[in-house]
Amino acid sequence: MPDLLSLYRTMVRIRAFEDAAEISSQGGVAAWGKQASDKPALVRGPLHLSTGQEAVAAGVCAHLKPADLLTSTHRGHGHTLAKGADATKMMCELFGRATGYNGGKGGSMHIADFSVGMLGANGVVAAGLPIAVGAAQGLKIRGQDAIAVCFFGDGAINRGPFMEALNWAVVYHLPVLFVCEDNRISATTESAAMTAGPGASARASSMGIAAVQVDGTDAQAVSEAAAELIREIRAGSGPRLLHALTDRHKGHVSVDPGLYRDPAAVAAALARDGIARARARLVEQGLGAQADQVDQAAKAEIDAAVATATAAPPPDKAAAYTDIQNTGAGVWA
Amino acid sequence: MDADPTVVALGEDLGRGGVFGQYRDAEGVPLVKRFGPDRIIDTPISESTIVGAAVGMALAGIKPVVELRVVDFALCAIDEVVNQAAKNRYMFGGQGRVPTVMRMPIGIWSASAAQHSQSLEAWFAHIPGLVVVTPGTPADNHGLLLSAIASGDPVVYMEHKELWPTTGPVTLGEAVPLGKARVARAGSDVTIVSWSRQVQACLDAAEQLAAQGVQAEVIDLRTLWPWDKEAVLNSAAKTGRLLVVHEAIQVAGFGGEIAATVAEHTHAKVARLGAPRIPVGYAPVLEEEARVGPAKVLAAALKLLQR
Repeated sequence: MPDLLSLYRTMVRIRAFEDAAEISSQGGVAAWGKQASDKPALVRGPLHLSTGQEAVAAGVCAHLKPADLLTSTHRGHGHTLAKGADATKMMCELFGRATGYNGGKGGSMHIADFSVGMLGANGVVAAGLPIAVGAAQGLKIRGQDAIAVCFFGDGAINRGPFMEALNWAVVYHLPVLFVCEDNRISATTESAAMTAGPGASARASSMGIAAVQVDGTDAQAVSEAAAELIREIRAGSGPRLLHALTDRHKGHVSVDPGLYRDPAAVAAALARDGIARARARLVEQGLGAQADQVDQAAKAEIDAAVATATAAPPPDKAAAYTDIQNTGAGVWA
Repeated sequence: MDADPTVVALGEDLGRGGVFGQYRDAEGVPLVKRFGPDRIIDTPISESTIVGAAVGMALAGIKPVVELRVVDFALCAIDEVVNQAAKNRYMFGGQGRVPTVMRMPIGIWSASAAQHSQSLEAWFAHIPGLVVVTPGTPADNHGLLLSAIASGDPVVYMEHKELWPTTGPVTLGEAVPLGKARVARAGSDVTIVSWSRQVQACLDAAEQLAAQGVQAEVIDLRTLWPWDKEAVLNSAAKTGRLLVVHEAIQVAGFGGEIAATVAEHTHAKVARLGAPRIPVGYAPVLEEEARVGPAKVLAAALKLLQR
């Protein structure tokens, strides 16, 4: 079982990465009631932050091996870092640089590191679920000793692919862990107003998938629940679902101040921040100095990532025509 | 599937050999008997997940052949085809490849009406990352399928349902390259470009033109993306007249792409012939109105010759 300090380290790195990305996303175009600034943003386009949800990524990914495969959501920085990706190459991608994971072709919404089994964030809600069950099936067909994990949000359970993918995972008895990051808001709308019934766990149970609900702001609780579910899956149980109740501290995208939200609910979410609570627990255990070191190391790592990304070159124009089968106007290559 | 253990097939009704018998061997035995349920995967009616799972399988080292029954049902998986399969390699900067063949049969077939008869090849030719294959003969169907599976990227593979019962010589293992047209009939007076089921309608019309002393050159494009621009431009430059014929609706169809390209590069007179912009109706008279048969091809060619 991973200790609290290592879970804390993962969470702090995610928070530092996203805080830095958020600062770098300010400027550029006018959006969400904010004026454009003269200074163009270094991170352009939609930046969906997982601030407040770090405990889920940390707690689940602590139990994954490099050979395990992972699909993610549009809010995928945390999952990618927790699965073992390099923060500098990620930041380069967010900055649209040639040295980024995707060579500047994907950005935040498509952040991925296939070398550690992270098969990509996704700009389409629920799209990662069918891909994850297929990845699990591919692993099974090839006789690989690995599992697939699929993160998705509470909004995703109202799209057809969620139902299809869960049914599929049961039908083929696949080694897949579904992880619902339930922050109770779908883009800018309260999910409860849009969702029938009690949610992801109940829908999973109706198809015979054992589901466990957990406090998704408590990394240790997530880690313990995920450990047991993943142990069962590796032992051949078939699919399992982890329903993590968590909080999104920020707006839908980084430039969204989230003014439509109930201030009391946001204040309550900030008060139960998983990182602050983990830190307090570490201090209680006499590990305050180690926590300080983790904080400083994360800051130094991310500062260096931003500096590297800022200085990195943009992609060559010719790269617009690579990585497509049969690029351009009728030229067969 | 014998040659490459990573090739699997998945789709609805594959266990009984596919609704058109595509997943049966020469003796009519369902392929699942030979390859087992891990390689001939009988799936739920879940088109989004059939294609989405194929993307996931491909990323896990499998080469899936996806059966979507008819192109009309592939529309239930349009996100997975267009946003997931087609974009994966580009979006992720070449980290991922999705070697999958998505079979989406096209065309009017046996009073199947508006939701089982469409020819939507132009939709997919429009999407970067997708290759679009439209075989017209048994040999091409075999050879293009081999190339599609070997290509290492997503391929939309469109067989015309009326061609299923067609017989013809096939050399097993002989691949047909993607992007290389076939001259189905040589001629000097007018070029007729087509693909899939309509090639035969064009050949029938060409016979009738020959009886009137007009030699039509009929080109079977075989693949719409990539399409053999060179073969078409050379022929149009030679004959000075180009007619594109397809069963798909003429408006915003792929015929417009070919006609425009030929107009941009040659002095040839160009024309296109497709279906009127109507859904395919059920009653024979309505179905026939949507069909582009030899008579319509002949009339369009004669009209072009008079210009």
